[in-house]
Amino acid sequence: MCGIVGLLVKNPSMRANIGELMMPMLIGMTERGPDSAGMAVFTAPVAGNELKYSLYAPTMDFNWQGLAHDFDAHLGSKVSLSTKGNHAILISHLETPTIKTWIKEHYPQIHMLSVGQSIDVYKDTGLPADVAARYDLPHVSGTHLVGHTRMATESAITPAHAHPFTAGRDWCLVHNGSLSNANSLRRKLQHEGIDFETDNDTEAACRFLEWRMREGDDLKTALEHGFDELDGFYTLLMGTKDQLALIRDPFACKPAVVAEHDDYVAIASEFRSLAHLPDVKNAHVFEPSPKEMYVWKV
Amino acid sequence: MESLKFDLAATPLREVNQYLHSPASELNGKHVVIDNPNGAHNIAVGLKSDIKVTIDGHAGYYAAGMNQLANVVVTGSAGTGVAENMMSGVVHVKGFASNAAGATAQGGLLIIDGDAGLRCGISLKGADIVVGGSVGSFSAFMAQAGNLVVLGDAGEALGDSLYEARLFVRGEVKSLGADCEEKPMDDEARQILVDLLAKSGHADVSPDSFKLYGSARTLYNFHVDNAGAY
Repeated sequence: MCGIVGLLVKNPSMRANIGELMMPMLIGMTERGPDSAGMAVFTAPVAGNELKYSLYAPTMDFNWQGLAHDFDAHLGSKVSLSTKGNHAILISHLETPTIKTWIKEHYPQIHMLSVGQSIDVYKDTGLPADVAARYDLPHVSGTHLVGHTRMATESAITPAHAHPFTAGRDWCLVHNGSLSNANSLRRKLQHEGIDFETDNDTEAACRFLEWRMREGDDLKTALEHGFDELDGFYTLLMGTKDQLALIRDPFACKPAVVAEHDDYVAIASEFRSLAHLPDVKNAHVFEPSPKEMYVWKV
Repeated sequence: MESLKFDLAATPLREVNQYLHSPASELNGKHVVIDNPNGAHNIAVGLKSDIKVTIDGHAGYYAAGMNQLANVVVTGSAGTGVAENMMSGVVHVKGFASNAAGATAQGGLLIIDGDAGLRCGISLKGADIVVGGSVGSFSAFMAQAGNLVVLGDAGEALGDSLYEARLFVRGEVKSLGADCEEKPMDDEARQILVDLLAKSGHADVSPDSFKLYGSARTLYNFHVDNAGAY
C-alpha cells in the first residue's frame, strides 16, 4: 500500500495557500503509508540562468552556513541558501555537474533530492504529519504539488527510498504499487549511462520516463512507452514544471480518485483525502480509468 | 418512519456502526441518515435488520458489506467492494462505484446509477446487480449465480470462467472472457430483466435493447441434471 496525493491550483489567489490545502490530503493518507512521506512543490521559477537544488542532510543540526561558506570559497560563486532543519534549497547559476561533484567531494553525507527551476522536494521517514511539521509544509506556496505517503513493501525504509523520486530537471514521480521488472529496467537504463541512487522500483520508473523525454518523447509518448515497459501494479502521479499527469495500470490494481473544480484539480488514492477541500461538493469527482493518460496543465 | 441522524464529522464511525448493530427489534422500520461520510471505510457494514440507511455523500471501501435485510442508499460514490458479500436487502449507489462492487454477493439487489469499476460482480453467488452506466474489465469473473444488468458498456473479459450467472448488457462488450458466450434471450431471462429494470428505476428502458451472455459450460464440470441447483 501507499498513498498518493496531488493538487493543481487553477485559481491564482489560492496558490499562496497550496500547502495548507494539501495538509488534510497528505495526512488523510496516513493509514495507507505511515513509514515515510514526501512532497514536491512547483513554485515560481528562479531566474533564467539559475537552478535550485533541494538538499537533504542526515542531521537536523547540520551546519548549512558552513556549507554555503565553503561553496563560496571553493567555487568563487555566492550561493543563496534557505534552510528548514535538515533541508535546504540552494540556488546557483553554476553548472549542475560542478555542484554535484563539489557536494560529493566535500559533503558526501548530503543528498540532492531535486534539480530544477521550479521544483522543491521534501521527504523523510516518519508519519506524514511529523514530516509535514518538520519542513513546515503547511506554509509552502506554489502552483501544483505531488505528495506521497509510503508503506514500504519492496525495498528499505530510508529517507532516500521515500517518494517523490526525481530525475533530470523539474520532474518527479510518486507511485502506489509495485513493479515486477524494476531490476531489468534499471539494468537497461544503467547501460544508457544513467545512475541510480537506490534499489527502489519507483526510481526505475521515474528515471525511465525522464530518459524517454530526454530522448525526445513528449510526456504522452513517454507514458505510452511506460505502458509498454512497466510491468506490475501502479498508479503513478507525475509532476513537471507546468503539468500533473496520472496513469493507472491496465488492471487498475491501485486506486485513484480525482476531483475537478473550477479552482483546482485534486488527485488522491482515496476520496477521504479529498473530502476536506473547499467546495468539493461541487467538484466533478471521478475514478480515472485504467491505462488512460490524464494530464492537467497549470 | 422514525428518523435519526449521525454526523461522522462529530461521531466516531465505530459508534455509528455499533448502533446499527443493535437488536433488529429496536431498529426495524427506522431511517438512519449518516452525514459527512467523507470517504470513510466500512460504513454500515454487517447490517441485519429491516432498516433504511442513507449515507449522504461519498463512502469509502466496503460500504454496506455483508448486508442483510437493510436498505442502504449512498448519495455519492462508493469505494472498492460496496455491498460485497451481500446476503439480502437493497444497496443503492447514486454516483459511481469503484472496483469489485457486489463481489461474492449471495442475495439482495445492488443498484449503481453511475459506472462501476473493474471486477464488478466478481464471483457473484446469487445477488442481482443493476449498473446504470458501464462496468470495467473482468466483471462477473467466475460469477456462479445471480444476474448482472449493465445499461452501458462492459470492459474486457466479461464473464471470464463464468458459471451460471446471467449477464445482460445493453451497450458494447469490449471482449468476452473465456467460456462466456452470447445466449438467446428466452422468456424466463427476459422476465428477470424486466423485473430488475423496474426495481432499479429503469422501467422505461426496453429489455429488447439488451443482449444476454452466459456460460458456454465447457470450462467447468457441468451436468444438466444439476441445473436446478443453481
